[in-house]
Amino acid sequence: MRRVVITGMGAVSPYGKGLDIFFESLIEGKSAITSLSDLADIKGLRSWVAGLVNGIDPKEIPRKYRRSMSSMSIYATLACREALDQACLNEEHCTGGQMGVAIGSTIGSTLTTQEFFNNLLSTGSLEQMKSTVFFKIMNHSCAANVSQILGITGRTLSPSAACSTSCQAIGFGYEMIAFGKQDFMLCGGTDEYHPLFTGTFDILNAASVKFNDQPSRTPRPFDRDRDGVVCSEGSGILLLESLDSAKKRGANILSEIIGFATVSDPSNIANPDMASIKRCMQLALNDANIKPEEIDYVNAHATSTKQGDIVEGEAISELFGDDTPVSSFKGHLGHTMAASGALESIALVEMINRGCLIPTLNLENIDDACSNIRHIFELQTTSIKTAIKNNFALGGINSSLVIRRYIDD
Amino acid sequence: MTDQQIIDLINTSLEEEFELEKEDMKPEALLFDDLELDSLDIVDLVVVLEKAFQFKIREEDSIQEIRTLGDIHRFVINKKKELNTL
Repeated sequence: MRRVVITGMGAVSPYGKGLDIFFESLIEGKSAITSLSDLADIKGLRSWVAGLVNGIDPKEIPRKYRRSMSSMSIYATLACREALDQACLNEEHCTGGQMGVAIGSTIGSTLTTQEFFNNLLSTGSLEQMKSTVFFKIMNHSCAANVSQILGITGRTLSPSAACSTSCQAIGFGYEMIAFGKQDFMLCGGTDEYHPLFTGTFDILNAASVKFNDQPSRTPRPFDRDRDGVVCSEGSGILLLESLDSAKKRGANILSEIIGFATVSDPSNIANPDMASIKRCMQLALNDANIKPEEIDYVNAHATSTKQGDIVEGEAISELFGDDTPVSSFKGHLGHTMAASGALESIALVEMINRGCLIPTLNLENIDDACSNIRHIFELQTTSIKTAIKNNFALGGINSSLVIRRYIDD
Repeated sequence: MTDQQIIDLINTSLEEEFELEKEDMKPEALLFDDLELDSLDIVDLVVVLEKAFQFKIREEDSIQEIRTLGDIHRFVINKKKELNTL
């Protein structure tokens, strides 16, 4: 099995375009959440907050490629370009067959689907249908569009498991490189906001509804006043590479992926299960061949739902005890859905390299039921060698990655 | 509509749809080689023209003969005349 390292990263987040604004905003404790008056106009929708991407220019992408892209593919393409630039990889690396893609979204473009059916149902006709509609709706739209514009000729796959999507994508990319099937993998996730997402959580009584006029105060992972998920959009991409390849070309190695696990929790399609989450993290540790006490930090999924935060906290407590630092970035970013695993992993890699721990934004008063783990309230300067990153999805799909500071041994 | 109005509407519709530059909209411009359109664009070109001129041309065999922007101008002008004489 080959060792797998991260040599490039790219982010399009609710903070804007690029790694710099992404990480600096996290460090500064900025909220990316705003109130949307459009949501207040939707009958029956009680949550009117979201984290939307601003400040990008889709025309950076030539029309020939952009015409088949919805917003989520545009986000992913811009993030991929940044990751390739950071990794100092060029067109030849993309076109030579050694580069693959594992990028997923929760679903295809809902807005495009909505527009298609609006037209079909109002006119009873397909005569105004454009040739590229389906390319924005198909489930592998983002992966396919990225491969097209970058000229990638290796494997292209599009994992789709809602909130676990990009954690799985990174994990599958890691395994492909470890098994020698590809030398490079662009891995991550992307999603574009649509009220369908907020509505889905709202109907399950799992969306934040009490902070519509104070958007920066929600979501509130592990806080006693948390009241649910805030949906966001964006894309996070990590360029994975075999250690051999990275060393050979003198790449700047950002960190190493040493473990991955993903499991199905068939106990309930909507509710998380403590035993399954614990099992997922344990399997990731087994994959990394390390013990729980070797984990210096846990980046929690913690979306700010009543039940989910408690169950994850219990699983973390059982496996790692009450002294391992834990935080969640959902308070900053909201839930970037399929992008969350990748964007949060990017932040984790930055924390490892900068030697700091970012606290959970909006965690002011720990819920008693979440007090069994060590929360972070302030930015801390500390050395992290090894960390675990969790993502859990509707549908009972759990996933965990173990990431380690790269040590040249 | 005059012939010039038809040509202007064609050109502005295609400029908007395919992000073309006004100075490139010459009658002799080849759709594939000069304006860099491709087969997917031709599908959308038909949709754009049908919407702009409120006619149906998708099944017209003579569309297959179109190579240049000028061919589109002549095709639409003839089609409009044909419809006006019905």
